[in-house]
Amino acid sequence: MKIWAIAGITFKEAKRDRILYLLFFFAALGIVASRALAVLTVGDRVKIIKDVGLASISVFGVLMAILIGTGLVYKEIDKKTIFTLLAKPLHRAEFILGKFLGLVLTLFVMTLAMSLIFLAIVYAHTLKIEGVLLVAVGYIFLELVLITAVAVLFSSFSTPILSSLFALAFYLIGHLSWGLELIIKKMRPGAGKALVRALYTFLPDLENFNFKTEVVHGLPIPPGIYVSAFLYGVCYTAFILGLAVLVFRRRDFI
Amino acid sequence: MADAIRIDKLQKTFRLGFIPKTRPILKGISFSVREGEIFGYLGPNGAGKTTTIKCLLGLIHPDAGTIEIFGRSHLSPRSREPLGFLPENPYFYDYLTAREFLAFTADLFGLARKETGGRIARLLKLVGLERAADLPLRKFSRGMLQRAGLAQALINDPKLVILDEPLGGMDPLGRKEIRDIIVRFKDEGKTVFFTSHILQDIEMICDRVAIIVGGRIVKEGALRDLVSERVLFTEATVSGLFPDAFRGLAESVSVQGDRVLLRIFEESKVGEVLDLVRAHKGRLVSLSPRTETLEDIFVETVTRT
Ligand SMILES: Nc1ncnc2c1ncn2[C@@H]1O[C@H](COP(=O)(O)OP(=O)(O)O)[C@@H](O)[C@H]1O
Ligand SMILES: [Mg+2]
Repeated sequence: MKIWAIAGITFKEAKRDRILYLLFFFAALGIVASRALAVLTVGDRVKIIKDVGLASISVFGVLMAILIGTGLVYKEIDKKTIFTLLAKPLHRAEFILGKFLGLVLTLFVMTLAMSLIFLAIVYAHTLKIEGVLLVAVGYIFLELVLITAVAVLFSSFSTPILSSLFALAFYLIGHLSWGLELIIKKMRPGAGKALVRALYTFLPDLENFNFKTEVVHGLPIPPGIYVSAFLYGVCYTAFILGLAVLVFRRRDFI
Repeated sequence: MADAIRIDKLQKTFRLGFIPKTRPILKGISFSVREGEIFGYLGPNGAGKTTTIKCLLGLIHPDAGTIEIFGRSHLSPRSREPLGFLPENPYFYDYLTAREFLAFTADLFGLARKETGGRIARLLKLVGLERAADLPLRKFSRGMLQRAGLAQALINDPKLVILDEPLGGMDPLGRKEIRDIIVRFKDEGKTVFFTSHILQDIEMICDRVAIIVGGRIVKEGALRDLVSERVLFTEATVSGLFPDAFRGLAESVSVQGDRVLLRIFEESKVGEVLDLVRAHKGRLVSLSPRTETLEDIFVETVTRT
């Protein structure tokens, strides 16, 4: 499969990226340091370890997604390796999808490694393997997948620095947009409300993927929410990738 | 039989810079490459050769014009199936070894892994990289990269081979090797389309050529129709005489030791020069008539436009 060939080469290249290992190191540091933090604070120590650990995985995962996502597509164009690729019987969509899948695979391995450290640290404290934590990690991963698609979209027409900033902005907006939901509830019906609602529908809401609190505090989650969050992630990712293909297909590689 | 390549009224304008400035690069290019021939696409640097190839490969969207590869529109990725391409400057993943790189290329054509192993070994041998097969490409010299590029262009056993400046970055021995490989392609029934801005030692291998200058084709045709058999001048090297002796007969081009290189423009005067040498007990070192070459046509058309 051509897409897998490109995904494979992308994975191989990502593995060589030192930034990835640096971020991984910091994530591991965050997870391990959560223990020290727990000792210094009063209250439920296990909860603090879980909170800080999940936050580390999430934050450094997002940084990984943005940095390697924007770097690898751009590099292919900048170093002109793309000339030989696109001269083959290959759709440009296949190129984009291959790059995307390679990045997703990289992030999967990284998330897996971070989770193992995380579970080990929790185990050291509770002597239990808490598989339910992986639910939260799974949705963090889904968020990383979406962010990767966004990074690929921006880097298909922009420089790595600008793309990183755009992707970061997407991430921040995505985590603040739920505020709009509160505003909508408080607004009186009318054109203004419709406008804010339209804005909220269009903007990403990454809080949909946030199951950290529920998992850490053992709160029950209705299964419908799992499904809708999953579908939301998949559809949004497909939409962004579609845009990336559209943009990329129009490009000249001179 | 469909032509291997048919390009019709191809136009492309680049818009470059922060405040885009339009610059026409291809100004209505038409030519076709017949199946089974070696076609030279010649022109000075910046004439638009690489741009033409990029249009053909779908890397650049032309503003106007049509391109067909074996009768199929170049817009379909399938048109690139029977095609092998060597880019002008070999840009490849430098962390792969030559063997890994070829395997990756085979995957892009969707070739089965079973059959590619043997083919990769054969290609590495063909381009003389057997011993460097497991070295990462970043350790390759420019000439070696060119060879790796040639090997990847052949991975799908293409019917049409497109080579952009295949002799660039090669030493004389390498150039001869590549030339021999190109001739071998033709014997195998492949069509070869290649560009060059250097004409020495390629003209004897082209069946037909097109000369592009400033985004326009200025000449196209079979080599023997473009190049006449006319003798331009005769060069003679003689020793034992002073250059002054030949005044009025020939132009002395250079003097080295007691040797004089002469250029005789009128055929009738060749005999007179020889008589003069004999009369003064000089020695004739060499005598060679120079017929018109592609290079002459090239220089003539380029300077005229
Ligand atoms: N990346 C680029 N940026 C700006 N100008 C370019 C670029 N590539 C090509 N050009 C311009 O396009 C023209 C044709 O280039 P090209 O097709 O590469 O010529 P050739 O291959 O015949 O040497 C040149 O005049 C060059 O200045
Ligand atoms: Mg060129």
